Amino acid sequence: MFDTVIRVENLGKKYVIAHQRNERYATLRDSLIKTTRNILKPHQRPKSRISSSTHEEFWALKDVSFEVRQGDRVGIIGRNGAGKSTLLKILSRITEPTKGRIQIKGRIASLLEVGTGFHPELTGRENIFLNGAILGMSKVEIKRKFDEIVAFAEIEKFLDTPVKRYSSGMYVRLAFSVAAHLEPEILIVDEVLAVGDAQFQKKCLGKMESVGREGRTILFVSHNMSVVEQLCSKAVLLQQGELRANGSALDILKLYMSESSSFKKSMQELRSFSEMHQMGLACPVIQLKENAGQLDLEASIIVESMHPQGGVGVAITISTQYGSRIASIGPRLHRKMLPPFKGKQAYSFHFPAIDQVLAGGDYLVSFALLRPKVDRIAFLEYAGEFHLPAKIIYPNGVPCSYEDFGTVVLRPQIQIEAI
Amino acid sequence: MSYPTAQKQELIIEAGRTERQYWRDLWRYRELFYFLAWRDILVRYKQTVIGVAWALIRPFLTMVVFSVVFGKLAKLPSEGVPYPILVFSAMLPWQFFANSLAECSTSLISNSNLISKVYFPRLIVPTSAIVVAFVDFMFSGIILLGLIAWYNFVPSWRVVTLPLFIGIAFAASMGVGLWLASLNVKYRDFRYIVPFIVQFGLYISPVGFSSSIVPEEWRLVYSLNPMVGVIDGFRWAILGSESRLYWPGFILSLGLVGLLFFSGIWYFRRTERTFADVI
Repeated sequence: MFDTVIRVENLGKKYVIAHQRNERYATLRDSLIKTTRNILKPHQRPKSRISSSTHEEFWALKDVSFEVRQGDRVGIIGRNGAGKSTLLKILSRITEPTKGRIQIKGRIASLLEVGTGFHPELTGRENIFLNGAILGMSKVEIKRKFDEIVAFAEIEKFLDTPVKRYSSGMYVRLAFSVAAHLEPEILIVDEVLAVGDAQFQKKCLGKMESVGREGRTILFVSHNMSVVEQLCSKAVLLQQGELRANGSALDILKLYMSESSSFKKSMQELRSFSEMHQMGLACPVIQLKENAGQLDLEASIIVESMHPQGGVGVAITISTQYGSRIASIGPRLHRKMLPPFKGKQAYSFHFPAIDQVLAGGDYLVSFALLRPKVDRIAFLEYAGEFHLPAKIIYPNGVPCSYEDFGTVVLRPQIQIEAI
Repeated sequence: MSYPTAQKQELIIEAGRTERQYWRDLWRYRELFYFLAWRDILVRYKQTVIGVAWALIRPFLTMVVFSVVFGKLAKLPSEGVPYPILVFSAMLPWQFFANSLAECSTSLISNSNLISKVYFPRLIVPTSAIVVAFVDFMFSGIILLGLIAWYNFVPSWRVVTLPLFIGIAFAASMGVGLWLASLNVKYRDFRYIVPFIVQFGLYISPVGFSSSIVPEEWRLVYSLNPMVGVIDGFRWAILGSESRLYWPGFILSLGLVGLLFFSGIWYFRRTERTFADVI
């Protein structure tokens, strides 16, 4: 049960970036001119050296090694540009590695995009067959699962309608449904859950969890930390193309959140300023104050403006250290707008007795400066943190921390009656 | 549910390793040839009123124009068969070749979403484009049957060799198509070159006339156009005893077709691994 199904050794992928061009592809003329020039004037070395120096080597992945065992649900996390997508592309054989090797045991299927190969002119029925074949299913297999796919996607009525007339929700449901019935031994998924309505997202997650329970292996890339937390047992953290850490999902998420939150720097230096709006946020201060045996949270921030302008407000978001959002209170909710001003204004939030609402543990605080319904001017993600001690809340005498009992403290009245 | 290790296929991904697994994968994905071709055929005539009839109308009208211009007005020799049959026996392979080039050269670009998101042997994409052109070819074949019936023309035993020449036409289309498809990924200039080749090629290939009108001393040079061999072969097989094959030229064309075919596959395979990065 616990054999290694994917072994990645010293994997590296190099891209060459051409700086002088904006087009994605070379034109024939350029290549011809270059070749001709080199043939005609072979002594003109210095010039061609200059033009070659505009090509820069870039390692999207460097020396990445890890192992995945059967039945693991592995989350691959990292900031933008950390090499997550490159890793998935190599694993799913879309592009070749420059160095290193990967050993994979078992049938592998990858889902880097929902609805790859769907043709808008074809009907739902036709697209199921086409998409299935592209993802590597045989015709017999698709026929066998056809009814199941249709039922999961909830599109029975529209089977013979061209998908160009589908709503975007129907389109995505159908696409995910085909992919979900692939039944590979190893499934590679890239952020496909960012689509569809909440109910369908839940259904997708459920499907993926059940796939995991069946002993199949999942590799999952997401920016949504709460999904990774919920779905994955293991995680791989990439940082600028290198493997930063690899281990149990909760440990890695904690590490990722603590490193990506900016409070490693001195909080006083934190600043997010928009040149376009000439406004910004600076100097977050997060404090817990004791008040009659309970803890109050004080969170304040300074809003800066170069010109007299108003109509903006600050939003505060509290999340767990795994990145799941607990509460987000913005100007659209609290309606506290700043009057037109030039210079600095202090903006503070006071949360009385927060330890009566939230369970013990580490929490992260983010701030955003918003013009409601228009745009986000500045953003300080994970600008600060606070720690609530695990308290004894329930009669069993066990201190409550959110890792064990969930984030919100509720005190239900429980009745037992004979009926 | 647990899967026994022994049954599992093992896959190794390494730089420059793809070759060994490639041909096996091509077989594993064989249904995709069919599905991609099926998609293109289905899509082509959606929302058209007369549908598949388009595959018949275009070659038919071209044939009529050529018969009138070259046969009636220019009064070119017809090798002793009705001029429309002479034209159409060349029009068949030529249309197949021209359609293949057009479809093949853009096939990778128009499927770029597939190429950058899913793995499968890329050779499937241009090949199924040729399969689509081949389906059109079979349709236009109906016109030839109609012409043969109309003129009460009886082909000789040589018509049984036709599949062989269809095979050569296939190889020629595939060879040139693969070159153009893979070059087009990197150099989009070929998008403009292909319609030009197709237009130009129609006049330098013996479609509207018999290649016997080319002066004897130039025939070998003329055969450097690989379609000359293919078209002469078709005429030899369909028109029967009236048509003679110019063997040195035919062998030269055949050699060139072989060269194009294998070099096309070689070049395609060589550039294939970077398709996803540059497309």
